[in-house]
Amino acid sequence: MSAETIAPSDEAGLAAAIASAHAAGTPLAVWGNATKAAFGRPVQAAGAVSARNLTGITLYSPAELVIAARAGTPLAEIEAALAAHGQHLIAEPPDLSALMGPGEGPPTLGGAVACNLSGPRRIALGAMRDHVLGVRAVNGAGEVITSGGRVLKNVTGLDLAKLLTGSRGTLAVLTEATLKVLPAPERTATVMLRGLDAARGVAALSAGLGSPYGVTAAAHLPEAAAPRAGLGAAATLLRVEEFADFVPYRTARLAEALASFGAAEVLDHDASLALWRSVRDARPLGAAPEDAVWRVSVRPSAAPQVVGALRRSFDAKLFLDWGGGLIWLAGPATEDAHRAVAAAARSAGGTYWLMRADAGFRAAVAHLPDEPPALAVLTRRVKAAFDPKGILNPGRIFAGI
Amino acid sequence: MLAMPEPDPKVLARREAIVAALRERAGAANVIAEPLRLKPYETDGFTAYKCVPLAVVLPESTAQVAACLRYCHEQGIRVVPRAAGTSLSGGALPLEDAVVIGVARMNRILEVSLEDRLARVEAGVTNIGITKAVEGEGFFYAPDPSSQLACMIAGNVAMNSGGAHCLKYGVTANNLLGVTMVTIEGEVIALGGGHLDTPGYDWLGLITGSEGQLGIVTEVTVRILRAAEGARAMLVGFAATDVAGAAVADIIASGIIPVALEFMDKPCIHACEAFAHAGYPLDAEALLIIEVEGSAAEQDALLDRLKAICARHAPTTVRVARNAEESAAIWKGRKAAFGAIGRISPDYLCMDGTIPPGALPEAMRRIGTLAAHYGLQVANVFHAGDGNLHPLILFDANDPESFRRAEMLGADILRLCVELGGCLTGEHGVGIEKRDLMTAQFGPADLDQQRRVKRAFDPQWLLNPHKVFPLEAAGTA
Repeated sequence: MSAETIAPSDEAGLAAAIASAHAAGTPLAVWGNATKAAFGRPVQAAGAVSARNLTGITLYSPAELVIAARAGTPLAEIEAALAAHGQHLIAEPPDLSALMGPGEGPPTLGGAVACNLSGPRRIALGAMRDHVLGVRAVNGAGEVITSGGRVLKNVTGLDLAKLLTGSRGTLAVLTEATLKVLPAPERTATVMLRGLDAARGVAALSAGLGSPYGVTAAAHLPEAAAPRAGLGAAATLLRVEEFADFVPYRTARLAEALASFGAAEVLDHDASLALWRSVRDARPLGAAPEDAVWRVSVRPSAAPQVVGALRRSFDAKLFLDWGGGLIWLAGPATEDAHRAVAAAARSAGGTYWLMRADAGFRAAVAHLPDEPPALAVLTRRVKAAFDPKGILNPGRIFAGI
Repeated sequence: MLAMPEPDPKVLARREAIVAALRERAGAANVIAEPLRLKPYETDGFTAYKCVPLAVVLPESTAQVAACLRYCHEQGIRVVPRAAGTSLSGGALPLEDAVVIGVARMNRILEVSLEDRLARVEAGVTNIGITKAVEGEGFFYAPDPSSQLACMIAGNVAMNSGGAHCLKYGVTANNLLGVTMVTIEGEVIALGGGHLDTPGYDWLGLITGSEGQLGIVTEVTVRILRAAEGARAMLVGFAATDVAGAAVADIIASGIIPVALEFMDKPCIHACEAFAHAGYPLDAEALLIIEVEGSAAEQDALLDRLKAICARHAPTTVRVARNAEESAAIWKGRKAAFGAIGRISPDYLCMDGTIPPGALPEAMRRIGTLAAHYGLQVANVFHAGDGNLHPLILFDANDPESFRRAEMLGADILRLCVELGGCLTGEHGVGIEKRDLMTAQFGPADLDQQRRVKRAFDPQWLLNPHKVFPLEAAGTA
């Protein structure tokens, strides 16, 4: 970020700053601590606004499973407050600083919500957007708007809280978010199968996720990726999170159910926590500094064929999370590689994000699939409904919007 | 009574031409225009309001829906989407000059994939129909609204339906992977699919719970889940409402998330017991039904822990099911609650507000005071874990004064929910019922923002124009 970044200390200040940018028609880049700046198209803006100084937990009611905090609150602060009451963030948002660089401070709640990035638990218990109960935000005209609330069930009016989640600061600047949380499990364990190829690995993950034993994460690390997570050969991993006295039964039954895929090992609590943190933060990917990084999301059964297509196209480093449906992928930052990623996702009926590349490359290619024309019309109209002059993070998601 | 927009005389005058055009687009057999056959479509589960529509179309394909919507849009004709018509907030209430477009004839299951744990269905498939299609393999579709035998997945998407098990499994929005939707302009858009997390704006999240304001959903892909090994319930009676509330807080704080955590107050306990003979304790002021899942040993362990927590709150009754039959007996009264109330009162309004669970004792006390003020009886059932309150207001529909008071009491209760930090509706939707209360929850800027989003999808304000937004400002912003 540059010297022109305005970082007000309260919501009213943020609203005033955006209102004056609206009046002047000045485009603004929107940040928290800019830890995910490399994710998305580069923003061409004369000014910048940051929510990083809006900090502090505003509500935490453990018995009601709800926490609210201002957008600039570091995620770590929220996680620590939850841990003190034996609770945690359900979607397990990743810390991508190893991939993206350190930013200008710790990852914030606002950034995690605005980017809707979720970790391994997403396959079982939902994404960030599934647990955002309410938001406060400032739209592109400088008006403070609220949506949702602090209760777990709410269908009053249009769900703008979900629309703003993942909208990357292009519709409104989040000032506060309220999340559903859950008790953190007493014990974590991992059932691990070795030496499977992608097809057999995904089949094992599907069998585990389709079992009644409560698998909360399911990942497959191919031969090349497994050593980066401290494992030798290709590893197919299924996580169980439960009360301590339930875990031995669950892991034993799960191993039995997966017997046709080979003998299973069980990793204990500490090894499992470290392993899944590594998977969450995409460390097994092993992207070289100059590599582009993508995420491809497909239905799990299509993943092996997508992996095959990608490996034939370029020297693809990859591993699979979300039961096989999420392919973390690194490779050369070339238009050929990018075209291959887009084609593989499209042919599997899925989608992709370009997660990281240098600014020139990010400006040159579509960092996510183009929308069909009817949807592109709605995108433009909804953008205008929040930000009539197009001043918030212009071009961040789609060129020209 | 709630006001409705004036019918457009020019549309009414063109009725025959409109019917003919719809028949051309959807097939003659799929268009209803005869007064006697239109009558069943005059209302939904919110029967206090009725209005026979101009015509009803029951298309058999997305293409037919698109053709009809494109025509209505070109001609400036209002459209009311409909699924099974079980809405308790008037979500499917027609207008005299509106065409009802229903998805009831689109009821095929298109794909089931156990490997990818999803089902793709046409929008007129019933909620229970999805579970029926996969339960043979041990799977189920999680959201389970009380109307699940009749209600259709299109209506579930429109209202973001929940049920008794959302504390663990979430509501419709959390169990949806994709939809095909037709806009009022007749554009067919496919959102999501078999994969998770489509980049770009969260259209799926916006459309879920949008009450037919943004388009008509014709196809839905949902997540299906493998059922737990087993489930068992326990029933606990308490000497006071606030004691039951404290027990709920202790349970959640202990780290146990029961699959269901249901609360009933004394009037509801009595009505259900008289109707279902479930063996409910008549001396209790409040009752909790708590259900847990897992292996038999896990169920035992969880039920023991729950018993110990409840014991700290001096329960008047504790009954733990030993098997599935005893669990069913415990659920029998709760599941019969609405029918049971129907037996002690000629009519009732089923309200649906949400409060922070910690506010339960205050909510109960003040609902009692409000009910006394209006001279009406209220029985309360409550999804205690997630704060979703269903006060049942007893009244007599043959007495207009009684209905008027019931409506006023209902509005006061919903305002109370907002005041306590909750919201106007947890799972039934705003519909027409709560339309005029929207300003109690949202400020002008909030509502204007929602209206601008509605207008982005429906520039002429033709889709369900009399719902969700207060009429005086409906078409503006």
